[in-house]
Amino acid sequence: MNIDSIKNGVVIDHITAGRGMKLYRLLDLDGLDVPVAIIKNAYSNKKGKKDIIKIDADITVDLDVVGFVDPGATVNIIKDGAVIGKHKITLPQTLKNVIKCKNPRCITTTEQELPHVFRLTDPEHKIYRCVYCDTKSNV
Amino acid sequence: MSRSVIDIIDLTKEEIDQLIETAEDIIADPEKYAHICAGKKLATMFFEPSTRTRMSFEAAMYELGGYVLSMTDAATSSAAKGESVSDTAKVISCYADIIAMRHPKEGAAYVAAAAASIPVINAGDGGHCHPTQTLADLLTIKREKGRLGNLTVGLCGDLKFGRTVHSLIQALSRYEDIKLVLISPDELKLPEYVYSDVIVKNKMKCTQTSDLLWALPKLDVLYMTRVQKERFFNEEDYVRLKDSYILTPEKLALAKPDTSVLHPLPRVNEISVAIDDDPRACYFKQVKYGKYMRMALILKLLTEDGTIIY
Repeated sequence: MNIDSIKNGVVIDHITAGRGMKLYRLLDLDGLDVPVAIIKNAYSNKKGKKDIIKIDADITVDLDVVGFVDPGATVNIIKDGAVIGKHKITLPQTLKNVIKCKNPRCITTTEQELPHVFRLTDPEHKIYRCVYCDTKSNV
Repeated sequence: MSRSVIDIIDLTKEEIDQLIETAEDIIADPEKYAHICAGKKLATMFFEPSTRTRMSFEAAMYELGGYVLSMTDAATSSAAKGESVSDTAKVISCYADIIAMRHPKEGAAYVAAAAASIPVINAGDGGHCHPTQTLADLLTIKREKGRLGNLTVGLCGDLKFGRTVHSLIQALSRYEDIKLVLISPDELKLPEYVYSDVIVKNKMKCTQTSDLLWALPKLDVLYMTRVQKERFFNEEDYVRLKDSYILTPEKLALAKPDTSVLHPLPRVNEISVAIDDDPRACYFKQVKYGKYMRMALILKLLTEDGTIIY
């Protein structure tokens, strides 16, 4: 299967197979009026298979969201058909308005204007907790 | 932004020990502290009913020589008109020097502290945190047992929704050689996250049981809790579990002669009134100690904020 190379834009590569759609949703790529390609189960030397997202536009990708979904992914910036930058992805310390607190007793359920903020409390097990009520995120 | 206390972990062990020291000094010489907050105002923002905690804060401020501004009924406050917690906290910051706040939603005090320009003390945010109750518990244990380490502490009743239990375990985890005995029915067991994040992480010795009679002879401290109706979504579950553990004189006879019985109050029927006169019953002293710890905390936060010189 061939997907054209992009000239100017962003390629999110080495996404763990199966997480591409989640990343697509959390990055709000659905709302973009530019060509976006999701390649599922592409061949990978390292992992066997992987997902790839190609965005054919010069946009800024929220690296915290990428790190949250898959800290093993890479983000390449493409200009004039060449890779001009690679971003190192790590687990973000905080997440703002990426996931929502599901605790019905949390203050965010009644005060709708509050941002949904989670902080990383256990990097080893990738556990985030709501800064307001300490509820664990269900990643 | 002023220093606020939302969770017991906002205070270091050293700070807690200092607060206990201050509270004990207040008990020994209340006159020394009687005018220390003269002219300063505590605002009590209570968005849900509470008699004892609000009055404890108010009594604490009066005994420090300060004044109290009270918001006692959310139904008649700006909250009923739809004002956000942030806005209410900003407005009250213009009137008072320190806020004590209770709210039914978890995290409300965090939101208020982020918005306020004065210190905020969390006086209970739903089932989440209630740090000044924990301070009261710690002072009671210290006064009764003479130490905060090397103790076997039994926690009995609603360990699932009981926020005072979670905070107390968190606080005790910083002291040496604490053995916990968790006594509850299966439905009200300690949440997994408290168990793994506090007990396991801090390598605390811990036993879980549903048998109060088995546990009683082993305990230096027995911390009873109420099965709280307001924490249940389902009344049937509440009715089924509320009488799970009732402490009677016959059961207390199994305990050591110097076991201290604590309870954050109010009790419903989980401690028989026949125990009230037993010297091991400490729950009314605990109420008084709560006031002294709140005095110590108000003093600390107002001093750090530069509002008073102490």
